This record gives sequence, structure tokens and C-alpha cells, in this order.
Amino acid sequence: MTVKNPRSLFGTALWYTVCIVLAIVFAGPFVWMVSNSFKLPSEIFADPPILISKNASFDNYREVFRQAPFERYMLNSFIVATSVTLIALLLHAMAGYALARLNFPGRNVIFVGIISTLMIPFYTILIPLSLLVKELGWFNTYLALIVPAIPHAFGIFWLRQFFLGIPSDLEDAARIDGASRVGVFFRIALPLARPVLAALAVFFFLANWDSFLWPLIAANKPEMRVVQVGIQSFSSEHGVSWHLIMAASVVAILPTMLLFFTLQRFIVQSVKLSGLKG
Amino acid sequence: MTAIAPPRSKQQSRNPVQRLREMDRDKLEQMIVGYGFVLPDLLGLLIFMVGPMIMAFVISFTDWRLVGDPQFIGLDNYQKLFDDPRFLSSLKRTATFTLQFVPAVYVLSLGMALLLKRRSRANGFFRTVYFMPVAMSLVVAGVIWRFMFDPSNGIINVILSELGLPTSKWIGSVDTAMTSVIIMSVWKSAGYFMIILLAGIEDIPNDYIEAAQIDGANRWQTFRHIIMPLLKPTSFFVLVILSIQALQAFDQIYVMTRGGPAYSTYTTLIYMYDKAFRQWDFGYAAAMSVALFLIIFVLTLIQVRYFRSGEVRE
Repeated sequence: MTVKNPRSLFGTALWYTVCIVLAIVFAGPFVWMVSNSFKLPSEIFADPPILISKNASFDNYREVFRQAPFERYMLNSFIVATSVTLIALLLHAMAGYALARLNFPGRNVIFVGIISTLMIPFYTILIPLSLLVKELGWFNTYLALIVPAIPHAFGIFWLRQFFLGIPSDLEDAARIDGASRVGVFFRIALPLARPVLAALAVFFFLANWDSFLWPLIAANKPEMRVVQVGIQSFSSEHGVSWHLIMAASVVAILPTMLLFFTLQRFIVQSVKLSGLKG
Repeated sequence: MTAIAPPRSKQQSRNPVQRLREMDRDKLEQMIVGYGFVLPDLLGLLIFMVGPMIMAFVISFTDWRLVGDPQFIGLDNYQKLFDDPRFLSSLKRTATFTLQFVPAVYVLSLGMALLLKRRSRANGFFRTVYFMPVAMSLVVAGVIWRFMFDPSNGIINVILSELGLPTSKWIGSVDTAMTSVIIMSVWKSAGYFMIILLAGIEDIPNDYIEAAQIDGANRWQTFRHIIMPLLKPTSFFVLVILSIQALQAFDQIYVMTRGGPAYSTYTTLIYMYDKAFRQWDFGYAAAMSVALFLIIFVLTLIQVRYFRSGEVRE
């Protein structure tokens, strides 16, 4: 940025001021969470507030894992988020591919039908879904946490859009070499879709790691709790153990923050795409 | 299939019967693979979305509870619903949340997008920071803000009194609890929509903006007459997604206030959850969810029509 005159110098200063104030607002809660996760209970509401505790230790973290099966919560979240992501990607890619590149009767009707399920809000199906899961005997199992989270028109729509755009030359070449339709999908189309699949994978993983309402209803046994539900176990009617909740929160967002910082490019890409498709 | 390579097509054209069979086989293969590929997802959607949606209507006409045989009671639940002051006021709170949350996020994220439109080396850094809350779950965000909004000695009150500003009871008071939940929700969502709006702004050809500036338009005029009209499709998308998010807001309210204090943040979804999963009154709760769905459906239709007519005028 070149400074031409005092006016634009003033503009630059103003720009930085606004940006930095906003940055404090957006990053502040993260800093405060991490800061408090290392404090003694007595320091949490100290006056004046303490940013970096002199007694900083990992005690709260140890306590989180001692007081609750927090590693089990993390494992559950990991199993659920990973399974949903992998299965959903495969199924949506298959459906998206078929709807984009294969000719079969009723294809367009099926596509319109799939897209119209986007109108179904989750809160309306929540009660029947919970009754269905009980009826199937899935209550308190991984099946209840995983299977209902898989079908989603958004992923199908997006992958179909992608497959519509790939040139048919590659497919034709493989067909001439004697590849079956299934072979073409797995060996040609699916590898081509890698960037879209990566963006969707991040999106699905984040959404399922963060999901709260459905796991809250689909399971009530402590060993079937996911991490978002598990955090609640440190707050009760008797009071809230803020030092433990803050440590538990840091642990709970660690995987998604890690994803965020390593794959930020993909995340931004997926957000942008979702915007432009609208 | 006309695009088949020479050796094979030669072979095929020699024998029309065989060629026909080839084509049939490919058609058949496309059909089998096509249905096979679509089936798993289709079944999933039917069993876990469409079926439950239909069931929601059915359950809403019954007195389905945890125990006992459900009886069809016609529209009784709906009649009760519109005489239920708690339901009506929960609708009002849902509307309040939506009508404050949606414009607040839109204005803030648009402002941030415009800020970051400016070329600067620090741009990427600020974008990452503003976007960070997106990587955090609503539950954790709710927990942190509940902690910061502590009515007596939360950090926000400490900072406010340091700055000589009036403090507030935040989530501890009937008057400010809803605002507190909205502030947290705006903080959580703004970065996401900033990215979408930024992409929309960057899609506007620079020529348009330069042409306007050559014509003597100042920044405000450029924004008002060039950027805003060209950003309309993106804005529409953002507003629709925001409205959906707002009407479905649950996690952060559940975590921060559970609808309290004194029902001041008791939205329809929280009420529905309590009815269904605390009082096990499935029939009534289902009626609530269907009613909310229908109300929103009608409002969306009106919204879409309004936007369409706006487009025609311009």
C-alpha cells in the first residue's frame, strides 16, 4: 500500500484501527477460553482479571478426563463424524454421478425429489426420527448417531453439479478400453472430484463434530455421549465448574481448529462455492 | 453411442443385430448402475427425511405420548396451540431473534467484507481471525459467551466498567438475555457470511467500479449504486440462509439460557424440545413443529415473491 497524501495515511490508520478492534472482538473469546482453562478455580473471577495465571498448569485438563469419560466422548464424536463423512461422500458421489452422467428413466423426477427434501427443516422431523430410531432398536447406539445424519440433498446436488461439468472424453476413452460404468466412476470420475470431495469432507466433518441436538436425543447413556453433549456434564443445577468447562471446550474444539488452520483454503473454498451456487 | 472408437464401431457396423444388442446392453447397464447408485441415498432420504416429515403431520393429529396407545384427535392439538399463550409468545420470541439476528449479521458481515476488499498485506490475517468462530461449535461458543456474560463478574462487565461504560446483567436479566444470545450468535456467524459476501464483491468486474469513479462517483455512491445492486443475488442467498439459521437456532439458546430467565429466551424450538423430550407430549410437540414449518413456509413464499418483483422493477 502506497501512502500518497495525509488523507490516505489517515484512511490507513483508520482501517487498521477498525480491523484490529474487530480482531479483538473475534479472537478475544478464544484467548479468554484458553486463558481460563489453565487457571485455578479461585482465579476465574479474580478482580482484577488475570490473563496469564502464575499458577498455570494442566490440572484442569487432567481433571476433565478424570471426572468424566471425556476420551470416550472424543472417540464417539470422532467415530460419528468420520463415518458420516466417509459414507456420505461415497453415497452422494454415486448418486450425484448417476444423476449427472447416466441415462435412466425417471432421472429428473428423482433429482427434483431429492432437491425438494432441502425444504424439510430438521426440527419438524426430530420427533418422528427419535421415535423411528427407538422403534428400530437403535437408541443409544452408533447407528442412531450415524445413519440419520448421512442422507442430505446438499452434498448430492453439489457433486452432481461437479460431474455435469467434467468433459466426457476421459470417460469415453475408458469405456473404449472396456471399462464398465462402475469402473469409470471409481477410476475416472471419483479421482477427478477430489477437490470437491475434500471441501465437502471438511464441511461434513465440521458439521457432524459440532452437532448437538440430535446426539442429545439419540443417546442418553454416558458412554454414548458425543463431546458437544459431554461438555454439559460439568455444569449442573448446583453450579458451573468454569475452569473445567473451559478446559473441556479447548479439548472439544482442538480437532476442528486443527482442521481449520491446516485446511483453511478448502474451507474458504467450500463456503464461497456454497454462496455462488445460490 | 456415436463416440465409440474406430476398431469397435467397425466391428459393430458389420453386424447390425450385434450393434443393437451392444446399445441395449449399454442402456441396460446405465439403468442398472444408475438406479443402483441413486438407491442408497434415495432410500436414506425417504426413510430418514420424507417418511418422518409425513409422520410429523400424522403424529400432530394424535395424542401420542410416551405411554399408552395414541388416539386420533383431529385438529385438537392445533386448536390448543393457538390458545396456548406460551406457544404464541414463543413465536414472538423466535421472530424477535430472527428479525434482530439476520440484519445484524448481514450488516456486520457486509461491513467486514468491504473492509477486507481493500488490498493490504494484513488482509489474510484479519480474514482468518474473523472467520475463526466458524470452526467452533455453537455449544462451545455458547458456553464461552455464557461465561463472559456472567451477570456479576463476567469479563464483559469488567471491561465495560474499566472503560467507564454502564454494565448489564446480560443473560441474568429478562430485559437483556435475548440481546445477549443474539450478540453471541452474530459473533459466531459473521465470519462465514463475510466470506460469501467477499466472494460476491470480488466477482464484480473492476471496470464497473472504475467507470463509476471516473464519472465522479464517491465511495458511498459507488457502494450504493454499483456494488449493492450487483451484489443482490449474493445478498438474497445470504438472507435466506441466515433466516433459516435463525429460525432453527437451538444449541446456543439451550446452552446459554435454556429459555430463561423467566422464559425471556423461550423460543418455539426450545418449547418444542421441552414438550417432546421432557414432558413426552409428542402429539402436541409435533403439532408445534408442523405449525412452525407452515408459518415459515408461507413467509418464505412471500419473501421470494417480493424479491422477484423487486428484480423485475430494476
